[in-house]
Amino acid sequence: MINLIYLTVLFPFAGFLINGLVGSKIKNEKIVGMIGSSAVGISFLIVLGALIQTLRLPVENRSNTVELFTWLNTGGLNIKFSYLVDQLSLTMSLIVTGVGFLIHIYSIGYMRGDEGFWRFFAYMNLFIFAMMNLILGDNFVVLFLGWEGVGLCSYLLIGFWYDRKFENGTTAQAAKKAFVVNRIGDFGFLLGMFLIYMTFDSLNFKEVFARAAVSPVSESTFCLIALFLFIGATGKSAQIPLFVWLPDAMAGPTPVSALIHAATMVTAGVYMVSRASIIFALAPAVMTIIAVTGLLTAVMAATVGLVQNDIKKVLAYSTISQLGYMFLAAGVGAFSASIFHLMTHAFFKALLFLGAGSVIHGMHEEQDIRKYGGLRKYLPKTYLTFLIAALAISGVPGLSGFFSKDEILWNVFANGGFVFWLIGVLTAMLTAFYMFRLVSLTFYGKERFPADDRHRPHESSYWMTLPLMVLAFFSVFGGYLGLPKILGGEHGNLLENWLEPIYMPAMNKLEVYGTHTRVEEILLMAASAAAALSAIYFALHIYTRKPDIAVKVSSRFKVLYNILLNKYFVDEIYEAAIVNPVQKGSERFLWKFFDMKIIDGAVNGIAALIDKLSGVIKKVQTGLTQSYALIMMAGIALVLLWLILSI
Amino acid sequence: MTAIPMEYYLILSAFLFSVGVAGVLIRKNAIVVFMCIELMLNSANLTFVTFSSYLGNSIGQIFVFFVMTVAAAEAAVGLAIIIAVFRNKKTVNIDEINIFKW
Repeated sequence: MINLIYLTVLFPFAGFLINGLVGSKIKNEKIVGMIGSSAVGISFLIVLGALIQTLRLPVENRSNTVELFTWLNTGGLNIKFSYLVDQLSLTMSLIVTGVGFLIHIYSIGYMRGDEGFWRFFAYMNLFIFAMMNLILGDNFVVLFLGWEGVGLCSYLLIGFWYDRKFENGTTAQAAKKAFVVNRIGDFGFLLGMFLIYMTFDSLNFKEVFARAAVSPVSESTFCLIALFLFIGATGKSAQIPLFVWLPDAMAGPTPVSALIHAATMVTAGVYMVSRASIIFALAPAVMTIIAVTGLLTAVMAATVGLVQNDIKKVLAYSTISQLGYMFLAAGVGAFSASIFHLMTHAFFKALLFLGAGSVIHGMHEEQDIRKYGGLRKYLPKTYLTFLIAALAISGVPGLSGFFSKDEILWNVFANGGFVFWLIGVLTAMLTAFYMFRLVSLTFYGKERFPADDRHRPHESSYWMTLPLMVLAFFSVFGGYLGLPKILGGEHGNLLENWLEPIYMPAMNKLEVYGTHTRVEEILLMAASAAAALSAIYFALHIYTRKPDIAVKVSSRFKVLYNILLNKYFVDEIYEAAIVNPVQKGSERFLWKFFDMKIIDGAVNGIAALIDKLSGVIKKVQTGLTQSYALIMMAGIALVLLWLILSI
Repeated sequence: MTAIPMEYYLILSAFLFSVGVAGVLIRKNAIVVFMCIELMLNSANLTFVTFSSYLGNSIGQIFVFFVMTVAAAEAAVGLAIIIAVFRNKKTVNIDEINIFKW
């Protein structure tokens, strides 16, 4: 199965081609949906087979390269199109194809009746294709191919309903914003790749990392490479300062938000940092930057999430915040903890988004949580699964989010320091609070929608609720792959043991994992659990029983509330500081002056010159046959004269 | 009796040709111009025949047949064009037929 890994990439591509080329001719939506879903499902089975085969191999043989063909061969640069099947890529592939498959199934129900049904599935399959290239590529170029491919699919799917309004603009504008912001990050990533090639003379992962581990290259070079790569990661994974596109990406259909803007694509940055861990380990300054950026992003997004009123916006900021957590983990050297959180987050955040989609569907496209309330009895299945996901993300003991968040937090405590840990716990509290604000406003309390039949909420079909249940199962039990040492014993953390060989070189350089006693670990765990539970209690208390408290608090701290509601005015600041100057500069200088005066001037000037000259010369063409004949005769006479004289 | 020298024929031919050229360049009536062209063709024929006779080579005479054939065809086409032009412009004065210009 390892040698067949390329099929996991080809099947979604085939699905894309079939649905993209002839999908519009297939009248039965179910067939289109099944083609798209089964392509991803088969990929998932192949990945599963490859995983089982890899598990049977001894630890030192678990990293296999599957070479397909030579892609580029120009002078010194030789890029092979080959896939790397190892612990990290298998883990990521399982998440992407597994969660992706469930979301495809869900979409059959969610997108029912949409006129772009076939287009949707074609794009989704194209996304899986690009994402698998990103994950499986064994060099930076193939990774970059996937990296750009997922960016394109993200653009296509955000603007899927291109004729709809979104906030103050259109979905097309939101899509454009996502694409442009991502391009800024990609530029950093490209610079990082150039620098890697200059320094190590290769772009192949194994070669680069092996050379990096023993090379005498100075730390500043490593810092520069790591910084550029991290800029790429901030773009794709929505970290400060490039996070602004993700909230706007909610313009796309909800399954897209679940798959691309929560579970898989946005984790590409985390994956890339994890993959290049050795480079980051050799750049300690950048590691600090990553940790601080992750922490700031986590806090910033969590506070904004507290006051948002659009159900998808809350989840979008929650995603940014959780991604911040992953970068915080990577920044303190806990790469496997970041991948662990990536995995559990993929489960519960996909579930949250799909649940939100089910609610939006049931509420007839209403997204404002102020107009929900008491939906528990109308949408029982959605409610139950959504609640499980909310408990998981809040870090309630026993659920997946608790284990991954706990692992990150104690790594932060051990290697980052007490302040980082405290802010991390605070963010976890905020997370629990805004999640249960969302749950309360949506599912509990008074019904705040019109009571007539037209607005009556309805539960979604099985196409949609079954994936919710499967994801709910993993949201609960996914965490048991990474039990903390205190519960699972020295080898209880299966995921960490599994991923350990990947991070070996980086760990040897980092020398982290400060000592911590069992008592400390129990205390930390108890503290974060208590924080989460109390936050949940407060949120339920305020938003279900005493809604006026929330109103009072928001009117008391009006300034702060407005700042949060407007997302720290980051969009406005970017607008004023970057977008407007660029636009004005483009308009006044590049367009009005350079294009219109210089470029057009040159073109029109040449045309005018030719026009003037030809105005003189054209008089020769009299239209009189005899004048032509005369000139001809004169010519012949001259030639004859010349011939006679030259004899 | 002595044969007429070749130069006489050639001078006559050159004279006829010059008359044709002058006619083409000077006359305004399209039909006259057309006739002058025929004159030029026939002067060329005379030259061919002259050389053929004096050099004892029949190729020149064969050429003349070709020229005559072409001239006949050309006369048919040319007159047809002149008639078509006349129907449109109500004139055969070539100074007034000058629509092919800037």
